[in-house]
Amino acid sequence: MTQSYRIETGGLINRNKKISFKFNGTSYFGYEGDTLASALLANGVHLVGRSFKYHRPRGFFGAGVDEPYAVVQLYRNGETEPNIKATEQELFEGLEASSVNCWPSVNFDIGAINNFLKIFLPAGFYYKTFMWPKSFWYKIYEPFIRKAAGLGVASTKHDKERYEHKYEYCDLLIAGSGPSGLASAYSAAKNGAKVILAEDKPRYGGSLLTSDVNIGNQSGKDWADGIISELKEMPNVTVKNRSQVFGYYDHNMLVMSEKVSDHLPKTKKYHPNKRLWYIRAKEVLISSGSIERPIVFGNNDTPGVMLSSAAKEYLKVYGVLVGKKPLVFTNNDSGYETAIEFKKHGVEPIVLDSRSNPQSEIIDEAKNLGINIKNSYVVVAAQGYKKVKSADVATISEDKKTLGKIENINCDCICVSGFWTPTIHLASQSGNKTKFNEEIDAFVPGVSKQNETTLGAANGVFTLEETLKTSFEKGKELSKKITEKDNEISIPNVVEKKYSKHDKFWCVPLAKGKSYKRFLDFQNDVAVSDVEIALREGYRSIEHVKRYTTLGMATDQGKTSNLNGLQLVSEIENKVVPSVGHTTFRPPYTPISIGAIVGREVGKHSKPTRKSPIHNWHEEHNAVFVDAGVWLRPRYYKRGNETLFEASKREAKNVRRNVGVCDVTTLGKIDVKGPDAAEFLNRVYTNAWLKLPVGKARYGVMLREDGIVMDDGTTTRISENHYHMTTTTAQAANVLSHLEYYLQLVWPELNVNVVSTTEQWAGAAIAGPKSRDLLQKLFPKTDVSNEGLPFMGYVEGDLFGVKARIFRISFSGELAYEVNVESDNGRFMWEKIIEIGEEFQIQPYGTEALSTLRIEMGHVAGSELDGRTIPYDNALEGLLSKKKDFIGKRSLQRSAFVAEDRQRIVGVVPLDKKTSIPEGSHLVKDANAPLPNKKLGHISASCWSVENDNPFSLAILKDGKNMIGEKLFVMSPLKNKVIPVEIVSSHYVDPKGERVRS
Amino acid sequence: MLHIKCPHCGMRSQNEFSYGGDATVKRPELNKEVTDQEWDNFVYNRVSPRGKHLELWQHLSGCRQWIKVERDTATHEIFKTYKANEEIA
Ligand SMILES: [Zn+2]
Repeated sequence: MTQSYRIETGGLINRNKKISFKFNGTSYFGYEGDTLASALLANGVHLVGRSFKYHRPRGFFGAGVDEPYAVVQLYRNGETEPNIKATEQELFEGLEASSVNCWPSVNFDIGAINNFLKIFLPAGFYYKTFMWPKSFWYKIYEPFIRKAAGLGVASTKHDKERYEHKYEYCDLLIAGSGPSGLASAYSAAKNGAKVILAEDKPRYGGSLLTSDVNIGNQSGKDWADGIISELKEMPNVTVKNRSQVFGYYDHNMLVMSEKVSDHLPKTKKYHPNKRLWYIRAKEVLISSGSIERPIVFGNNDTPGVMLSSAAKEYLKVYGVLVGKKPLVFTNNDSGYETAIEFKKHGVEPIVLDSRSNPQSEIIDEAKNLGINIKNSYVVVAAQGYKKVKSADVATISEDKKTLGKIENINCDCICVSGFWTPTIHLASQSGNKTKFNEEIDAFVPGVSKQNETTLGAANGVFTLEETLKTSFEKGKELSKKITEKDNEISIPNVVEKKYSKHDKFWCVPLAKGKSYKRFLDFQNDVAVSDVEIALREGYRSIEHVKRYTTLGMATDQGKTSNLNGLQLVSEIENKVVPSVGHTTFRPPYTPISIGAIVGREVGKHSKPTRKSPIHNWHEEHNAVFVDAGVWLRPRYYKRGNETLFEASKREAKNVRRNVGVCDVTTLGKIDVKGPDAAEFLNRVYTNAWLKLPVGKARYGVMLREDGIVMDDGTTTRISENHYHMTTTTAQAANVLSHLEYYLQLVWPELNVNVVSTTEQWAGAAIAGPKSRDLLQKLFPKTDVSNEGLPFMGYVEGDLFGVKARIFRISFSGELAYEVNVESDNGRFMWEKIIEIGEEFQIQPYGTEALSTLRIEMGHVAGSELDGRTIPYDNALEGLLSKKKDFIGKRSLQRSAFVAEDRQRIVGVVPLDKKTSIPEGSHLVKDANAPLPNKKLGHISASCWSVENDNPFSLAILKDGKNMIGEKLFVMSPLKNKVIPVEIVSSHYVDPKGERVRS
Repeated sequence: MLHIKCPHCGMRSQNEFSYGGDATVKRPELNKEVTDQEWDNFVYNRVSPRGKHLELWQHLSGCRQWIKVERDTATHEIFKTYKANEEIA
């Protein structure tokens, strides 16, 4: 394929490097420095998609971030990404892209039938059309919409790319590297301020890349290049291209997305795909420029109709002609710049100017070049379906209400200029009260809320001379406040052409008897008639009109449509634009990929997975792991073809019969130290702590102030002023914050310090009748007899040269111990226990067996302490001290908490002693009662009792105290189960606790 | 994201902190008889003012100190921050 629309020389592309790419399966080539859009246009490709609602053919409208049409599906390095603007995507070798919104193909699109049925798809069609009949929804509407709608397909694969987040602080953040950005960055940098200059495009310079101006006796572009290379050399300046500042948040924090790798065929090793910058700036300078706005006319969405500034950019930056018979339709002088560029490259443009007799330097230049200029002329409608073939044009009266005779002009593109709209998104996001500027028919920033200043075209200033002057001064003034330096900068000479006034004209009236669609919003297919319907149906607020018609709600957020929409509403409503007001600008300014937002917080729980120091051993011994909060814990150790059920039964049985060992490293551990530690624990826990001797452990329960159980665990007095507290795995972090709260804020007079030691200790629970024999062999020098180390006792021991802490505590109902060593010795300890335990038939056990053992014994855990239960509910009222006050005690007097029939923990056994009871099931009196069947309680935990060899569950049951012996039903609609059960004591095994004390 | 001055560590981003609610609520003293109403006011009842609000934050991923922050709930302006035991001006 030849690039028939590429001019011979010129542009900023590298003609020495050809790049091949594919679009919709066809191979093309472009040059290094092209965008996908410019390369396609160079090849004469204008048809790139179909519109969202009517599936009308879509081409290119802009040349950058404002592009509403050319949204493609991109394929890169085996990955695919939707919603990519062809005007922003840089060309790389092997790039592949395809159209979206087209089914089955861009040239033959079934959805285009909507175009002929458009009478059925007016404003509010989302709300009206698909309401009836209901039966149509699944079979007809939904499949049709799913197939026909959407802006591409998200990949269902795991994203292999890496994304980074970066936090940065600076004195001045400057968004946009056009003339105002460069000038302010330069003077601020010269004053020694720490500056970040961000440019969303690959090339710096903004409008200077395409405008015909002179700064300090150089072309605008050369001046920009000079400033940039100087800034890049300065250590206090960060210059970033391909970086879009897209959001302005509280306390002057801005977020910027840097496309690190999107322009490359493949992300380089160790490089991220994108980097999201969180920038806290002392001052923000918004130099985001302006976007040309279209003039509305019939069929103004036909491929080949585009912004006049885009046509100029394609020509000056990429050396591409968007057409060879261009029609320029303008209401201001900008259109002439485009016409002159065409003319310079040997193409004959025709200019239609809505003004009757405009006079200016640039118009004179156009006239001198012999360009055909028609004043008081407008484009009434574009002709052509997949591409502009001609234009219906006419003269227009001075009041812009009456059209003259329609003439037809041959053309292959229509370049439109309806004047300029400042890009005020960032200022508005920061809380700036924007105001309407009558002079330019657009909103500009008003009073700043945060430390933000808008400069240049973004502030409605369209002359280069004034822009440069104010920008140099602002950069200097703001940096001076911060660095207290005052470096003199001479402001360069500017040569630019003076503009005449633009025409306050934005929409061409319909010709008599014609009903062309005149589009306002090109991505969401919102036409003038849609807004008219919305207003006729009573919508008044611009926010409502927006939602009803979807004007400005597409992924381009109405960058080219909002103001014309406002003009229309104000015209019909007979109001002025400022009283209609604009809709809210919300971040992000332009779509940001989810990967960039997520950053490194990917994978399970979006958090690092925590592993115990014994983890590798478990892995080597066929452990099947389970998530316990952010920890991975062995659920069971699989032998042969064992199922979870079989393995956990075997492991639990072995604890009851011989001895088992369980990794309990994940338990939360907190050191509580200080002379007032005992007093503090006495206030935190519900039971008494003042008399606990050194070398003894005690089980404790702590409440929240509202009386709900917060956590439980054992705390051991290691020495006079040193306690070792344990918490559940899940509550470890909350308990620490809770303790800190009381120590720092409520009782600062207590001399106590707390610190987390969870990571410092590895723990192994050794449980079962043979555990003492094993312990004696592990610690031959330590007396671990029932007298030497009684129940709830604590000693320190020597484990083959490793210092260990030995606690005699049990959560299994068996004689049991917990041994702690420093984390680094965790695996050593574990292997010693396994090695020496062999003669006692030791087996490791996982969380499933651990649960079985604690459920059988009626010991409560997280599923009972679920943030809804008080001590009584868990049969823990025996631990409530009557003598002393403690956190949450007063709440326990609340009437609901002392009710006679208060819920309480019970045991549940199926009558057939066979059917397993699903956790979460409800307990009811009558299985056949009409719905809603009154719930009496719920199953909190279930297991297979290895002691009694039948299913056993714990439940929190209304009036549980008086329900022992009752027959109820367990119902699980989810599992479709109804099970007759008997209510028993929650202490199913060893109710008197004899084994643990043996 | 707010920028909060920890009186111990300096200016830090909000994501290092966790929110702790109204800082003016005083826990009734231990062992003191309190009415149901007084206790409910301490545990449950909070005003939700528009404007200046003295609130608790904990510098969780920093020094772990609980601090008091005087913030405008409507504009997010932070007027002053205090150490836990500092007199409120
Ligand atoms: Zn701090």
